[in-house]
Amino acid sequence: MTLTVDAVEPVRRKAGVLDRVRDILPKIVLAPSFALILFFVYGFILWTLYLSFTNSRILPIYEIVGFDAYINLWSQPNWYMALKNLAIFGTLYIGLCIAIGLLLAILLDQKIRGEGVLRPIFLYPMALSFVVTGTAWKWFLNPGLGLERTMQQWGFENFQFDWLTSTDMAIYCVVIAGVWQASGFVMAMFLAGLRGIDGEIIKAAQIDGASSFSIYRRIVIPLLRPAFLSAVIVLAHMAIKSYDLVIALTGGGPGNATELPSTFMYSYTFTRSQMAVGSASAIMMLMGITAIIVPYLYSELREPAR
Amino acid sequence: MSTATASVSPGSARAARFVIYGLLLLFAFIYLLPFFVMLVTSLKPLAEIRSGNMLALPQSPSLDAWAKAWGTACIGVDCSGIKGYFWNSIRMVVPAVAISTILGALNGYVLTKWRFPGHKLVFGMMLFACFIPFQAVLIPMARVLGIIGLANTTSGLILVHVVYGLGFTTLFFRNYYEAFPDELIKAAQIDGAGFFRIFWRILLPSSGPIIVVTVIYQFTNIWNDFLFGVSFASGGGAPMTVALNNLVSSSTGVKEYNVDMAAAMFAALPTLIVYVVAGRYFVRGLMAGAVKG
Repeated sequence: MTLTVDAVEPVRRKAGVLDRVRDILPKIVLAPSFALILFFVYGFILWTLYLSFTNSRILPIYEIVGFDAYINLWSQPNWYMALKNLAIFGTLYIGLCIAIGLLLAILLDQKIRGEGVLRPIFLYPMALSFVVTGTAWKWFLNPGLGLERTMQQWGFENFQFDWLTSTDMAIYCVVIAGVWQASGFVMAMFLAGLRGIDGEIIKAAQIDGASSFSIYRRIVIPLLRPAFLSAVIVLAHMAIKSYDLVIALTGGGPGNATELPSTFMYSYTFTRSQMAVGSASAIMMLMGITAIIVPYLYSELREPAR
Repeated sequence: MSTATASVSPGSARAARFVIYGLLLLFAFIYLLPFFVMLVTSLKPLAEIRSGNMLALPQSPSLDAWAKAWGTACIGVDCSGIKGYFWNSIRMVVPAVAISTILGALNGYVLTKWRFPGHKLVFGMMLFACFIPFQAVLIPMARVLGIIGLANTTSGLILVHVVYGLGFTTLFFRNYYEAFPDELIKAAQIDGAGFFRIFWRILLPSSGPIIVVTVIYQFTNIWNDFLFGVSFASGGGAPMTVALNNLVSSSTGVKEYNVDMAAAMFAALPTLIVYVVAGRYFVRGLMAGAVKG
């Protein structure tokens, strides 16, 4: 008996080591990525949070002074300007992208000849960089040489379009360019939703004599709820992060007329040497996005089987 | 689904079709207009831009502005065009896309086929990392890149793009491998195949579509990035988007709109070509980026 045990033991021990290696190998493979995320995302967020409680100016100072930076932040007229602009931009951007995206999706869903040609045309702006979009629209909306003069040359002598250089209207130029870029993407989301709807429901409603309009209003659009939700989340997230578009289109101006939280954060941190205030504004942006994204991710991931 | 307008009279049905096509063509015209203006402006000499109509076709199209934007336009004090920055972007994009895609594939594999307690939390944390406003990591990143000597370098930007792209690449591969039958993995395990052999021989050969989607998504995002470029590499190591913005917003000398537009075309072409060649995968990537795959 002892003989057999001796003979078996080393083999089993070896298998044990191998098993253990095999068990932890997946974790070893995942570990570098997770470590990078832990450090560069969560560690950095804590670092920024820490800085927001200091008095850092051009360089970080690691002495906590409390909520000074937040008090400072919320007493800056610029910050209120940024929030007001974000409210205007965010509302119109989300609203118009959804309205135009839904309209285009419904139009394209009418058994259109040439859908394969039209769809890419609505979506190609999404492939462009915001800097390219901003550059193109800056030229297009240029009061001296762009749209305004073109219309005047066509005989609309009193046509005026100087929004880009107007303090009150410049933010709407950002909206126009933003909607141009993202509405095709929203269209694609709605189109995918429309194609997923069971045709039998629609046929039944048609047999009951419902008009196309009421079929859309009462049946189709309610069925698109998940697409609406995704679109709002994605667009809200993009609106809060918007930075490049404003920089390329208006540079935050005229004056501070198109300041957004993202441009505020950048200029206070890197050009105005108010790092603590910049950090505080970054934390505010993070809180805003977290409030939108976390419930969404939670509900998306909670589903048992995908 | 499609609603056939069967219950209405043929006349009004035809009118409805007319309105639908009219609206679609109008929108298509509006969507194409800025790009069209950008293109024709880049092909005109400056005098024609100043005197003519923005929408008019160039009288004698020339690529002079393109040549100038590429080789001799002044960005800051350096008058050698955008070509150096274009190559900066290429040098940044290729390794960053490759590394983040490979890591994403491995992560997705582990998170679906080698689950461990807490895998949901790990995935959730990686996923949330996709959505943070980058402003919240900008200051520490600038410090760390300075400390490890990667400030203003392409390598630094590669690191940044790999780190902040990982969440997305992991998401794409996780959702794709989730649908891959576990039975095949189990059978291979019984045959004695190990972790890497299963990945290499069984999962990877059938991952073609998701690799294409991930590569396109990452390529577009990294090529189009501006915030990281301007924050961490604003000098000679700047990527294309930053150079374009510097060129367009510089206020010295005569404003050469045609050169600006030609430079914008150079910045736009790589992603546009990818979109035209592989639009289907591009859309799929966008959709997957909205979490639901």
